Amino acid sequence: MESSFIIGKFILAACVFGLSLFVAMYSTYFERKIAAFLQDRLGPNRAGPFGILQPLADGVKMFMKEEITPIVSNKWLFIFGPSLAMLTALMTGAVIPWAPTYVNGDTYFPLQVADINIGVLYLFGVVSIGVYGIMIGGWASNNKYSLMGALRASSQMISYELAMGLSIIALVMMTGTLSVREIASQQIGWHWNVLYQPLACLIFIICAFAETNRAPFDLPECETELVGGYHTEYSSMKLGFYLFAEYINMFISSAVISTLFFGGYNFPLIYNYVTDPFWVSVVGFAVMMSKTLFFIFLFMWVRWTLPRFRYDQLMHLGWKVLIPLSIINIVLTGIGMWLTDKI
Amino acid sequence: MQLTNRSKVVVKKEMTLMERLYLPAILAGMWITIKHFLRKKATINYPEVKRPIAQVYRGMHVLKRDEKGAERCTACGLCAVACPAEAITMIAEERKAGEENLYREEKYAATYEINMLRCIFCGDCEEACPKEAIFLTDRIVPSEFLRNDFVYGKDKLVESVSQRVDVSVRQTKEVANFKKDNKQQHNINDLKQFFKNALIKH
Repeated sequence: MESSFIIGKFILAACVFGLSLFVAMYSTYFERKIAAFLQDRLGPNRAGPFGILQPLADGVKMFMKEEITPIVSNKWLFIFGPSLAMLTALMTGAVIPWAPTYVNGDTYFPLQVADINIGVLYLFGVVSIGVYGIMIGGWASNNKYSLMGALRASSQMISYELAMGLSIIALVMMTGTLSVREIASQQIGWHWNVLYQPLACLIFIICAFAETNRAPFDLPECETELVGGYHTEYSSMKLGFYLFAEYINMFISSAVISTLFFGGYNFPLIYNYVTDPFWVSVVGFAVMMSKTLFFIFLFMWVRWTLPRFRYDQLMHLGWKVLIPLSIINIVLTGIGMWLTDKI
Repeated sequence: MQLTNRSKVVVKKEMTLMERLYLPAILAGMWITIKHFLRKKATINYPEVKRPIAQVYRGMHVLKRDEKGAERCTACGLCAVACPAEAITMIAEERKAGEENLYREEKYAATYEINMLRCIFCGDCEEACPKEAIFLTDRIVPSEFLRNDFVYGKDKLVESVSQRVDVSVRQTKEVANFKKDNKQQHNINDLKQFFKNALIKH
């Protein structure tokens, strides 16, 4: 492996890191703006033109706030919780192909930090570590509300991870690969997986909402019952890390949804007109980002439309509806593949 | 009593399959919210844009001076009597020699206080005033941290000689006609009745 390749990967990793942070930062702004627009308001518009400096103001506020560590808390775990949440949130971006592989003569550079052949499994693995950040934070706070929130978060994430994994199995059966890059490159033109696996796609999106703790599944931080949920005791930038990790998760989830089901960087006909290798990468990245941003918008749109589930409804939906549905979907996919002689 | 025909009788029935799917209802809800996304916003950017107010808007009071700069108020107390919220108090004093440029008549209000928290901005004080001294203006009473700060004394109420407060905006043709109306005497008649009753009682 030559050194330029390694340096290139380092730069790419830094770019993905920066991109995740930047998108998450502006997600907070757009969350408030979209919430306002959906409620006939204007939203933040004081810091800079149209309020675009609002995230900076929020960040400064977060850093300047007093940092409180409860005297009864477990000091190290209290710090470890948000760090873990942030770490796992940032790790997931590594396996997502942000643009088509850059091929120019002999030069070959995949625009994906790590093209591992078990990319899908890696995603699930890292996402399931993510719940530990919340659990540890809630436990270390030594507060009943925090513990309840952490309890809810972990049971919710474990329940929905099952349905999520099962919905992906149908997809993996069809595509025959666990590599995210290959799944993306198979969906050339209109061959988006959502057209072949609509049910798996729907289940995956619903589970993604639950995994990221977003409304209507935001029970872990349900204000009406649990004050602030698992981050009740957190203040200053430690709280900021939790909130920020949620937005990064949202961004990565959107990227994963668009990669697995909505063609990733593929868009019909576009590569007939763009042939220059540099512009292919740029257009591919633009297509990928616009799909991702659409799903971020969908996340917010749903949040400001639907009320929160009750806890028993949440469990009912997860175990009695989504898991059977995804199993049925696997069986249907198998029958379909058998009938079309794919196995 | 039925006020609208929008009320629906709630029937607790088993949900149909379509209803149990929830998805049609969710999509309908999302359609409603996205329509609001494009709708004209209700917000008014306050300090830059101000909500239009009626021409006869009744806001913070002003105690007027006459053309020479002397206070018009003679502390007759009619405004305090007319006030339904009992927000006005005053202490009258006799004008001393040499104060002719300050007070228009021989009697004046040494203190004149309006409690803006009690005031209901009905404008009865303005109507009752025989000397055209008190007027309500289009100014808004600013917010304060302490209750005491809402008790406005003469320092806040009397207009300054250099910066006169324009009260002509509220004096529309209708208002002017109303003031010329003989019925305006009802204040005085009521007051006569009031004093008669008071005398009979004692």
